[in-house]
Amino acid sequence: MRRMMLNGSLVLTALVTIALCSLSWGQATKAEEDQRLGMESHIGKLTGHATSAQGNYRRYCVGCHGELGDGEGENAQWLEPKPRNFTLGIFKCRSTTTGTLPLDSDLFDTIGRGLDSSNMPSWNPLSAQERADLVAYVKHFSARFVTEKPGTPIEIPKKPELTAERLKAGQEVFQRVECWKCHGPTGMGNGPSAATLTDDQNRPIAPYNFHDGKRFKCGTTDEDLYRIFMTGLDGTPMPSWSDNIKPDEAWDLVFYLRSLQPMKSKEKELARQIGLKPGAAAASAPAAQQ
Amino acid sequence: MTSARNRFASGVLLASIFLLFAASDANALPAFARKYGLRCSACHEAWPMLNYFGQKFKDNGYQLMNDRDAPIWQNNGYWPVTIRITPSWHRESTDKVAVDQTGGQQRITSHGFDVGGLDLLSGGTLDKNLSFLFVLSSDENAVFHFESVNARFDNLFGSPWLNVKVGKFELDNIVSEKRGLTLSGSGGGFQLYHFIPVGDSNFVGQIGDNQFGLEWMGHSANDRTRISASLFNSSDGNVDLPGSNSYTGFFAGSQAFEIGKLGTQRVGFYAMVGQAPTNTLTSGGPEFPIPGGGFGNKTFSRVGFNGIFYLKKLDFQVVTQHGSDNAYFATSTASPDPLPGGARSAVWNGAFVETHYVHNPQLVFIQRSEWIRMSQQAIPGTPSNLGDIDNYVFGYRYMPIMNSRAGFAIHNEYSWIRQRGTAPDGTDLASSSVLLGFDFDF
Repeated sequence: MRRMMLNGSLVLTALVTIALCSLSWGQATKAEEDQRLGMESHIGKLTGHATSAQGNYRRYCVGCHGELGDGEGENAQWLEPKPRNFTLGIFKCRSTTTGTLPLDSDLFDTIGRGLDSSNMPSWNPLSAQERADLVAYVKHFSARFVTEKPGTPIEIPKKPELTAERLKAGQEVFQRVECWKCHGPTGMGNGPSAATLTDDQNRPIAPYNFHDGKRFKCGTTDEDLYRIFMTGLDGTPMPSWSDNIKPDEAWDLVFYLRSLQPMKSKEKELARQIGLKPGAAAASAPAAQQ
Repeated sequence: MTSARNRFASGVLLASIFLLFAASDANALPAFARKYGLRCSACHEAWPMLNYFGQKFKDNGYQLMNDRDAPIWQNNGYWPVTIRITPSWHRESTDKVAVDQTGGQQRITSHGFDVGGLDLLSGGTLDKNLSFLFVLSSDENAVFHFESVNARFDNLFGSPWLNVKVGKFELDNIVSEKRGLTLSGSGGGFQLYHFIPVGDSNFVGQIGDNQFGLEWMGHSANDRTRISASLFNSSDGNVDLPGSNSYTGFFAGSQAFEIGKLGTQRVGFYAMVGQAPTNTLTSGGPEFPIPGGGFGNKTFSRVGFNGIFYLKKLDFQVVTQHGSDNAYFATSTASPDPLPGGARSAVWNGAFVETHYVHNPQLVFIQRSEWIRMSQQAIPGTPSNLGDIDNYVFGYRYMPIMNSRAGFAIHNEYSWIRQRGTAPDGTDLASSSVLLGFDFDF
C-alpha cells in the first residue's frame, strides 16, 4: 500500500513537473512574442506599429496564418499552397539576397500585391498605414527580426534593348541552367522534377506555369521577374541563380520567359518573327546530359 | 379629409415599419468565404456591412482578381448557396392607434417570438469576369420574391471601368441599406431611402428598393474612385413589365482618400431622377389596370451627398437628401385631372448619421440618428412639419461565430420613430421597437 502511494506520488510529481515545464516554456514563448509587439516597420515616410495591427491581423489574416502566425489558421487545411509560417522568418518575395531577411518594403509590397497562384489576395484596399502596421505585426512573430538585419537588396541593371539574339540567348540560358527540369521544356510547369518538388516544410509545391497568366508570384514587371530568379524564392525549391547567371544573361532569360506568356508582347511577337519555338532547345537537353 | 389622410399616413407608417422589418434581407455570403477561405471579417466591417476590401471584392464582380476566381477551380462539391434567418423576440409599440372599441385612439403594444423571414442567397462567378447574384427572400409566411436577380459582365476589355449589370439589383449607393446593421421594426431600414410625404402617391422613388434595369459601374484598380449610372423601370422593382413605359436614372460617384492613422475616408454623391405615371387605363373597373396603360407621367428626384468617415475604431456613415415630387404625385392627383388650388411640388430635406464603434471584428456598437424635414408642402396652408420624421436606433451586435463557414450574431436593438401630425387625431405618431434576436447565415 505504501509502495503504491510512493509510486503514485512519483507519477504525480512527474506530471506536475512536466506541466510546469510546459507552462513555463509556453509563457516564455508568449513573453518573447509580447516583447516583440514593440516591433516597428519603416516604409518610406511610414512607420508601422505591430500593436496597431492586432485588430486587422485578427480581421484579415488569422483565418489562414493563425493566431500564432504559424500558418495553421482554420482554413490552412483547405489551402494549397499552404499559408506562410511567419515564425520561421522565411519569405519568398524579397529584394534581398537568398537566405536573408526581406526589407520592410518587400513585405509591404507583398501584402498590397497579393501572391499569384495562391489564396493570398491583394490587400491594397487597406490604407498604407494599415499595411505598414501589418508588416510590423508579421515581423513580430519571428525572433529573426530581432537578431538579424535585413539583407542587402540586389542591384538590377538597366534593362537592355530587346533583340533576336538576346531572345535566343535567353532560351539557351533556360536550357543551360535547367529551368526546364521544373518548369517544363515549354515553360508549362510540367518538367520531369515537377511532381517531386516540396517546400522547406516538405509539402508538395508546383512550379510556375509561364503560359498561365501575366502575373508572377512576386510582381508583374520585367524587373520583378529578374529579381525572382536572382534572389530565389526562399522556402521553395526555386533557388537564387545569382551565382550561375550573369546580369546580362538574366535579362536574356527575362525576354525569353516573356515570350512564353499568353498575352501579346513584343518578345512574343519577335519570337514569332524569328521562328523561336518554346522547348526547341530544351528538347535536346536530356540528350546533352547523357 | 385631414383625419382620413392622417389615418392613411399612420397606416402607411405602420405598414412601412412592418415591411422594413420583414424585408431585412442583406447580402452576406459565407459561400464567398468558403470559396476563398477568408473569414466573414475580411469583407465585412461587421457582417453584413462591407469594409473597403469587401466593397472592392463586390466591385470586381465577387472576385479577388487572382487566378482562382473562375468556378472551375472549386471542388465539385462547392455550391455557392447561403441561407440567412433571423429569429427574435421583439416588442412593437405605437402610441396612437385608432380603436373602434374605445371610440378613439390608444397605445397598442405587441410582443412575442417571431422570425423575420428567410433569405436564400447565391452569388459568385460563372466564369472569370462573369458574375451573378440572386437573393430569394421570404416573409414570415414563406412567401418568396426575387429581392435580387442579376448577371454582371465584369472588367470588359480588361478595364475595371467597364462593368455592366442586368437584372434586379440594389442601387449602387456606398451606404447600403441591404447591408445595414440594424434590424428592428422602427429602425431596421433607412427612412430616407423610403420616404414618401403625407398624401403623396409616388411609391417608385425609393432609393432603398432594388430595381429592374441596367447598370454601368466603373472603379479604379484600388477601388478608391467609384462611379456608376443605372437606368431602370419606374416600377419600384416589381416583376413583369411596368404599368407604363417610364424609366428612372440613378447616378452615384465617390472618392476615397487616406488620412494617416485615422484610416480611409470616402465622400460621394448620388442622384435619382425619374418619371412615372400618375394615371392608368383600366378594364373592368378601376382595380384592373391594363399593363402598359399608364399615362400622365410626372417627374421626381432625390439627390444628396454621402460619406464614410473613420476615426480609428469609430466610423460614421453620413447620408443627406434633397427630395422633390411633382405636384401630381404630391397631391395624389391623376393627370390630367385638375390639381387642387395652389398645389405645388412636395420638397423635403433629410439626413442621417450612423455610427459604429467596432470594438473588435466580433463586437460592434451601433447608433443611427435620422431626420427628415418637409421644406415645402404640396398644399399651401398644410402644417409645415406634417410628415417630418425623427428616428433613433441603438444596439449592438456580437458575433461569437465568425469563420469562413458560417456567421452567427447575437443582436439587440432599440429604436424609436416619430412622424409629425400623422396620428389619427392629427398629432404626432410615435412607435418604438425592441429586438432581441439571433442572426445567422451559413
